Amino acid sequence: MRNWVVSAALIAALGVSGVAGAIDNVKILIPANPGGGWDQTGRALAQAMLAAKLVKNVKLDNRGGAGGTIGIAQFVNSAKGDPEALMIGGQVMVGAIELNKSPVTLAQVTPLARITAEFDAIAVPTASKFRTLRELLQALKADPGAVAFGGGSAGGIDHILVALMARAVGADPKRINYIPYAGGGEAMAALIGGHVAAGASGVAEFAPQVKAGKLRMLAVSSARRLEDYPTIPTVREQGADVEATNWRAVFAAPGITQAQRDELLRLVFATVKSAPWQETLKRNDWAEYLMAGEEFRSFLETEQKRTAQVLKEIGLAK
Amino acid sequence: MPEAFGFLLQGFAVALTWQNLLWCLLGCTLGTAVGVLPGVGPALTIALLLPATAKLDATGALIMFAGIYYGAMFGGSTTSILLNTPGESASIVTAIEGNRMARRGRAGPALATAAIGSFVAGTIATLLLSLVAPPMVEFALRFGPAEYFALMVLAFTTVSGVLGASMLRGYASLFLGLAVGLVGIDAISAQQRYTLGIPELLDGIDVVVVAVGLFAVGETLYLAAYYSRAEEKLERLGGSIWMSRADWARSWKPWLRGTAFGFPFGSIPAGGAEIPTFLSYATEKKLSKHPEEFGQGAIEGVAGPEAANNASSTGSLVPLLTLGLPTSATAAMILAAFQQFGLQPGPNLFASSPDLVWGLIASLYIGNVMLLVLNLPLVGLWVRLLAIPRPLLYAGILVFATLGAYGLRQSWFDLMLLWLIGLGGFLMRRYDFPVAPVIVGMILGPLAENQFRRALAISQGDPTVFLSHPISAVLMALSVAVLIGPWLWRRVRKETPLT
Repeated sequence: MRNWVVSAALIAALGVSGVAGAIDNVKILIPANPGGGWDQTGRALAQAMLAAKLVKNVKLDNRGGAGGTIGIAQFVNSAKGDPEALMIGGQVMVGAIELNKSPVTLAQVTPLARITAEFDAIAVPTASKFRTLRELLQALKADPGAVAFGGGSAGGIDHILVALMARAVGADPKRINYIPYAGGGEAMAALIGGHVAAGASGVAEFAPQVKAGKLRMLAVSSARRLEDYPTIPTVREQGADVEATNWRAVFAAPGITQAQRDELLRLVFATVKSAPWQETLKRNDWAEYLMAGEEFRSFLETEQKRTAQVLKEIGLAK
Repeated sequence: MPEAFGFLLQGFAVALTWQNLLWCLLGCTLGTAVGVLPGVGPALTIALLLPATAKLDATGALIMFAGIYYGAMFGGSTTSILLNTPGESASIVTAIEGNRMARRGRAGPALATAAIGSFVAGTIATLLLSLVAPPMVEFALRFGPAEYFALMVLAFTTVSGVLGASMLRGYASLFLGLAVGLVGIDAISAQQRYTLGIPELLDGIDVVVVAVGLFAVGETLYLAAYYSRAEEKLERLGGSIWMSRADWARSWKPWLRGTAFGFPFGSIPAGGAEIPTFLSYATEKKLSKHPEEFGQGAIEGVAGPEAANNASSTGSLVPLLTLGLPTSATAAMILAAFQQFGLQPGPNLFASSPDLVWGLIASLYIGNVMLLVLNLPLVGLWVRLLAIPRPLLYAGILVFATLGAYGLRQSWFDLMLLWLIGLGGFLMRRYDFPVAPVIVGMILGPLAENQFRRALAISQGDPTVFLSHPISAVLMALSVAVLIGPWLWRRVRKETPLT
């Protein structure tokens, strides 16, 4: 809510009358191959822009690979000073830049706005002896290696959440037993089949399995309980002062002027407030997670520092 | 499940209107057209064409979708056989024997056995899907890292089937493949291996680029260099473009065996479509009455792997429809298609949206038939493609291969890689190293490594997990039997007269 108020104030400050008209053609670079979260975000943004008649043309370009570091390198090189260029990015990119020691970082592009979030959750198979996250964390503290966590790729948001929880309860993050899986389907099958003790993944990915009685969701990683899951406590409520969010954002090219930046920001805000975009959020179970301007810039910095530190603690980044 | 058949019949009733059949026809045609592009496998074809189905109602979209899907699968096999340019890793094995057949003037039977084999496998697998999906998935969920690793070990024991005449050269190629498979970010530790500081190498080298490079580019360079000598080896195009009685007799068992390999592999969450094609190839070579033809264009080597590939794709719908888990690229695209109709994927698809699920299954049956009806008459046309004068044909193959490699992720780096690998393929051919084991090593190596390390991490370093898990133990025992069985058998037979 607070974010929304801030954003509303920001839009007011920019003087948005609801219609952005100065930009006709937009190029959106999607630093991932077709099919994933960034691709969906980019395509949905483009559709919403066109449907709301905010722009005349949107050109999409997929440049996937290496957690987005190939895309951002290309963006910095080829879009420099381009007032019509946008790039999708997010938490995954922050981690990938650290892990891959990417020469190009998010400090080299112009942050526009954070727009969506998918919160992580911790779940166990229904037959598991762990009834609450507190119990799970106690077992983790007693013997970190004995609790195998399954989740997404090494160093990604799921891994970071598990490491942060371990640290919060006083276990050595280096000793956690995290089993990375490349595909969401495979990780989920390993958890339902009981091959790992617990799983970390997006709330929406767990939800259908929880509904079907295959999994039990122990906690969500958001700051407060989620509207759709009022009975699931947060990680914070259960003794680990931790929050982790798979956020996505829109960036602009390096070397654009303040006025050009504001113009793009106006366009992005008009888009995310449009009906087609709101429908997209609902359909994909994405939470609106708006933040812009200086606040977003400092959020990025905090996120980058925290990620770098955690990756070092897990022993992934040197 | 009598109500299931009620739903299925209802599904057919809805799907079999002439408008829907027209959509299916359109889907098949589009799917085949896009699927023949090298580097464009079924999943990508569906991704590209999915928006085309958005305006239709659910039934129409699903049936068009089934058409696109089967069309793309068949289109991929067509180019594998005719041009040696597999569009995805699962049709690489098809290219090995299929292209040899084509060069011996038997492209017609190769295409026909692929099409009919796909049809047979697709139909049986769809039938299995409608009958045994729920119990199948219970079994599939018991596969964890230890079981997968044991499965990889079993797959490795069969690779001798693709090693070729010289074991030493075969193993050299296999290890080259294993080494190439290491390139990229290690999935478990997120560390870079052999990336040489090149960002494009962080995600590893795409197996399709290697396959097209080694098969199509390498082969073409070789022919260009030794054109006159190679010419003699190429038999004139001729003979029947249809399968002879002998072809049928040699094909039907591999179709069934391939299906038996493919379906269960597809239904286990990390089974994939490649390993069953390897296993099928190795099995057919072992069982064939003409093992000497393998490597020269044996029809069994096309019939079996094609059936395995198709059955495994259908098998991957088992975890999708019973658990809501997409475990293959194709399954992920089907999920996207479902989501178009506001369907929330999940474990209760069969119960919550029976009409859509059974509509999809009915569509798969129809798509399968449609594809056969559409494509068998086209075989003649495809085969005539090979009558193009050789220099032009091979130039065309190079253009095709280049387009395909570029199409994977629009990267000039992949192009350079393709040509470097092609050069490597040329040298391998020149010095008589088989190229297929490279692919086998590249695919199996990383899979085996990841599962092995996952299994050991979960057991906290205890290696007995591979024997204490029953499924894993059985698979390990099977591998041992495959390795020493023949040797033991010979000894026993030799000793029997003495005792």
